Amino acid sequence: MKKFDLLITGVGGQGVILASDIIGEAALAAGYDVKKTDTLGMAQRGGSVVSHVRIGQRVWSPLIKEGEVDILVAFEKLEATRWGHYLRSGAIAIVNSHALPPLSVVLGNERYPTDEEIADSLGQWADRIYFIDGTSRTRKFGDVRTLNMFMLGCASLFLPLKVHVWKDSISQRVSSTMRQINIAAFNLGRKEIRGVRI
Amino acid sequence: MVNVVKLLSGNEALALGAYHAGAGIATAYPGTPSTEILEFIARFDDVYAEWSTNEKVAMEVALGAAYAGTRSLVSMKHVGLNVASDPFMAAATTGVNNGMVVVSADDPGIHSSQNEQDNRHYAKLAKVPMLEPSDSQEAYELMAYAFDISERFHTPVLVRTTTRISHSKSVVKVNRSRVVPVSQAGFQRDVEKYVMLPVCARLRRPLIEERLVKLAAYAETFPLNQVEWGELHLGVVTSGVAYQYAREVFPEASFLKLTMTYPLPRNLIRHFAAQVDRVIVIEELDPFLQENIQAMGIKVTGKEFIPRVGELNVGIIGEASGTAGLVAETLPQHKLDIALTLPKRPPLLCPGCPHTGIFFVLSSMGQRSKPPKAKGKAPKEPKLIITGDIGCYTLGAYPPLNAMDTCACMGASIGQALGMEKAGISDKVVAVIGDSTFLHSGITPLVNAVYNEGQITVIILDNRTTAMTGHQDHPGTGISAQGKETKAVELEHLVRGMGISDVNVVDAFNIEGIRTVVKNSLDSPELSVIIVRGACSVQVTKPSEPRAVDTEKCNGCGICLLLGCPAIQSEDEQVYIDTALCAGSACTICQQVCPRQAVVPKSKIKAAKSQ
Repeated sequence: MKKFDLLITGVGGQGVILASDIIGEAALAAGYDVKKTDTLGMAQRGGSVVSHVRIGQRVWSPLIKEGEVDILVAFEKLEATRWGHYLRSGAIAIVNSHALPPLSVVLGNERYPTDEEIADSLGQWADRIYFIDGTSRTRKFGDVRTLNMFMLGCASLFLPLKVHVWKDSISQRVSSTMRQINIAAFNLGRKEIRGVRI
Repeated sequence: MVNVVKLLSGNEALALGAYHAGAGIATAYPGTPSTEILEFIARFDDVYAEWSTNEKVAMEVALGAAYAGTRSLVSMKHVGLNVASDPFMAAATTGVNNGMVVVSADDPGIHSSQNEQDNRHYAKLAKVPMLEPSDSQEAYELMAYAFDISERFHTPVLVRTTTRISHSKSVVKVNRSRVVPVSQAGFQRDVEKYVMLPVCARLRRPLIEERLVKLAAYAETFPLNQVEWGELHLGVVTSGVAYQYAREVFPEASFLKLTMTYPLPRNLIRHFAAQVDRVIVIEELDPFLQENIQAMGIKVTGKEFIPRVGELNVGIIGEASGTAGLVAETLPQHKLDIALTLPKRPPLLCPGCPHTGIFFVLSSMGQRSKPPKAKGKAPKEPKLIITGDIGCYTLGAYPPLNAMDTCACMGASIGQALGMEKAGISDKVVAVIGDSTFLHSGITPLVNAVYNEGQITVIILDNRTTAMTGHQDHPGTGISAQGKETKAVELEHLVRGMGISDVNVVDAFNIEGIRTVVKNSLDSPELSVIIVRGACSVQVTKPSEPRAVDTEKCNGCGICLLLGCPAIQSEDEQVYIDTALCAGSACTICQQVCPRQAVVPKSKIKAAKSQ
């Protein structure tokens, strides 16, 4: 049984924790041992959020060791770069290319890295980097909260879990009124990631 | 529920374990990382669950229940146990009748706390047994033992968890269902046991020592203390999440995993140590196990190379053990060619936050910030001193608001403000405290300020919820932990009842109103209270029209940026408002502070463009 260490990163309010819960529950349903943990600071919104999801035959530490992440799923590209050093050589990075500049950048006190810098930085570890503008692509659903399901759809192609397992896990965690649109966002991510050139 | 496999957080597992163990009463005050324990158990109809006003009260309610025939669970964050330490010590002295379990959720690494402290010392201080889970499965299982130990040895039991255990999900085999012990609610009067007059307390004192001896004997056979034999050249004694990390760092070693960490199973430890060539202790924070084992005369190392500060992980333990020669030293896997300096992303007050307006007013009155475009002199020294407290609003300390000068512990703002005034400083002192924090521990210092003739201004930020920990109700909301409508405490009646006459209530989204009230209070020679009232924006569901910037009117002065609102962005020197984030007509703070009336409802811009 192969092991998969995933790091899900983003900004508070983007749905990182729900996405990582769903990955964990899907992997458990598929017969894996799972541990997942979130590191988030105080308060509700706006801060940097990172979730560790570990899938394997037997998982000990809930936190992934630096340099051992297999798959990075970043809901925001600055937050991808912040955790790049957690990737192992040869890792996969799936990055929402939409920028959410932090306040210090808005106030002009700090600089947001350029796309080239981000790609170069992640490229120190990752073999494959998929930049995909999930924010624009999910706009048609009319709800920013579909971004996490879109990103989950992208990530699902790299994990050995069957589509129905994913959809069951999503259905169990979102309200019935939101189910259809979330599954649609998941399907879109799964489809669009195939078209991304790297 | 029997025989299902679930992915549960440590907190959920503790709550489910307590529920299955027959807990009838659960009490808590919200605090990261402990909050979800009560939230989870409150969902069961056959448990009475309450948010208590603070941890001391929560402990006392749980103690009363355990005197009177019901198993009780009380949970709190590590600093909550400081607040509750008085009744905790009392509970340790009187003992209990039915099971009482106290959960302390420590926060190594200070993810969301004001300090780092190792609450294992409380078990030794109070001379009560302590259990520590190393994953959710153990968190679930140990609750049944905890209640049994409590009843068998007539003692409260401390269950100590940490952020990483509480907030990690792992697989739990749920193999029990709820069993409620057959005991009727009822209180057996026993003055020598329950009335701690000195004469009675002196009778209890030797019983505590006797209890500890019995507990130490029990620890020897406690089934969750487990030896896992590997190679005998290295033996690792460990507990909690450190066990998981150590298993990865020393895959071949022998392990003694302790779940009961006070009192320690001395014979088990001696036996284990005798079988291996070298014994090390891997534990987070203080050398608690290490010093207790050393006191038995066993040669053991640990904190000589494992850090005492912060949260551990596999990398830290691996590196430290490499330095100590226990494992091959690991070379850094990657050579970093490009080290970018990335902008930080601290948490912020949300768009539409009812705290933004008052902090903007305090910040501008105290001359703490200047617009990004403003040239010339640096901001002057603040003319106000703002003592702060614990909650979302502590984020007001960050730039650009810079509107907080102290934050110590729950309720400290009011006492600190009075102390500064009595010390004779020339600046006016303002204390800022949230509604839930005020009810938790702001009432007594405010009574103190009345009694001792303080002239401070106390600002209560009343957003009608305990926002930071995830919107729990409190006595001011009038809704119970189980969603029942109950009596609401009216803050203005409460403070007037203390004898304060200068009390004002002001709308959190009215900048001019706030400015006037604050100015009047600062000019007043008497103690004053301002209640700034406005709903937490995360809880507002009413649709609201977003604001937008009229770029023809905007001259880029940057005053709106001083609010620190995440919805206000700027690109190529032009400020704009992110429609998806803006709280709109429910807030309008930026519209009120714009000196050029350039912030308008979004529809007005569209209408102007289409003309």
